[in-house]
Amino acid sequence: MSRSFRIEDLLNWLSALSIMVALYLVFVYAPTEATMGDVQRIFYFHVSSAWVGFFAFFVTLVAGIAYLRGGNRDWDIVALSSVEVGITFTAMAVITGSIWAKATWNAWWPWQQEPRLVLVTILLLLYLAYLMLRAFIDGEEQKARFAAVYGIVAFVSVPFTFMSVRWWQRLHPVVFEREGIHLAPAMLATFLFCLLAFTIVYFTLLLHRSRLGKLEDQAAGLKERLRTGEGG
Amino acid sequence: MSFLNKVLAIVWKDVVAELRTREMLSSMLVFALLVIVIFNFSFELRVENIAQVAPGVLWVTFVFAGTLELNRSLALEMENDCLDGLFLAPMDRSAIYFGKMLGNLIFISAIEALMLPISSVLFDLNLILPSLLLTIFLGTIGFAAVGTLLSAIAVNTRAREVMLPVLLFPILLPVVISVTKVTGGILDGVPLGDLAHWLRFLVAFDIIFLVVSFMTFDFVVQG
Repeated sequence: MSRSFRIEDLLNWLSALSIMVALYLVFVYAPTEATMGDVQRIFYFHVSSAWVGFFAFFVTLVAGIAYLRGGNRDWDIVALSSVEVGITFTAMAVITGSIWAKATWNAWWPWQQEPRLVLVTILLLLYLAYLMLRAFIDGEEQKARFAAVYGIVAFVSVPFTFMSVRWWQRLHPVVFEREGIHLAPAMLATFLFCLLAFTIVYFTLLLHRSRLGKLEDQAAGLKERLRTGEGG
Repeated sequence: MSFLNKVLAIVWKDVVAELRTREMLSSMLVFALLVIVIFNFSFELRVENIAQVAPGVLWVTFVFAGTLELNRSLALEMENDCLDGLFLAPMDRSAIYFGKMLGNLIFISAIEALMLPISSVLFDLNLILPSLLLTIFLGTIGFAAVGTLLSAIAVNTRAREVMLPVLLFPILLPVVISVTKVTGGILDGVPLGDLAHWLRFLVAFDIIFLVVSFMTFDFVVQG
């Protein structure tokens, strides 16, 4: 018990510290972008949130497969926790992306120019459907099984969606070229650190949410025992 | 009985049941017609050339009518616990998946076959082209492959009819994007060679989702 507490404490502090450093890097250390100006600074957190979203849903896929193979409830809790954390970050990516688009293309929703934004939104919808599915199934075991299957099918569809959205856009003229991967070294360092910081935050939240899920499970079990009068 | 015979037995059961009641096909047909009529009215005042929106209207109609069919297909098995009877039959669960999938494929294709000439008349466009039929067939396979799996999930939830589209549409999006692109390209007279990457994409989607659905179907129907 005390060992797992240490891991959580460590992650808590690490998250707080790395986000503080990330904020410093984004707002002070990183140079201002020449054409876009300060609004480009949204890029660091925007891409990091999108990355955490993808990663979280990948964890759900892996946890889903592990659940179906072994039937261990803990994997289902991890899968659900990862979806919840992932949705939060994907929503952040969509909102920051929309703000950035407004500044860059003067449109809140650039369907044509920015297929990646569309993709992330579809990702958000996919996993909102995952949560809806869970809400509409009775029985924990069935819920876990169906959710695992949907988590697998949903993630398999992501590369297809990505490719089709890209190709779909290619037939239209590209009005603006993205500033590209040619980041100045200071910008690249800031970006990589933000990725790291957000990943740490993801694991911290996942750990807390999974622990909460386990406690919920235990509480439900205790209630059931009380109700049936067992062990009383 | 070989695996194929078992699959065909399930398909045959569905086809015979449908031929005797004609419930599903008639309701799908009326529904599809209504969708096209509503689209015609809602677009006609704004769009000068109906060919520009025809691919979209066509595919929205197919997807909506197909979703109706998928819902119905497994809901029928839930009545009188028919599904349990099906599982008691001495065969692999994957035979049930392929049987239901083929049945869905046949019914959705039947509706598409009925709707194509009607849409041709309504849009005043020739939609009965071999390349278009191939595209529709490839798209429908992917649709039926994912749809059969997800309808087996949705039928076990509390909000069956709502749940299926919510689960299905985001996953089906690549299919919808590619088939409307190809349909539009064909109607615009783009040579099929320029659209080949979309067709290959559809084939890849069909194969991968047939395999994934086949592998996971067992987990959906157990217990």
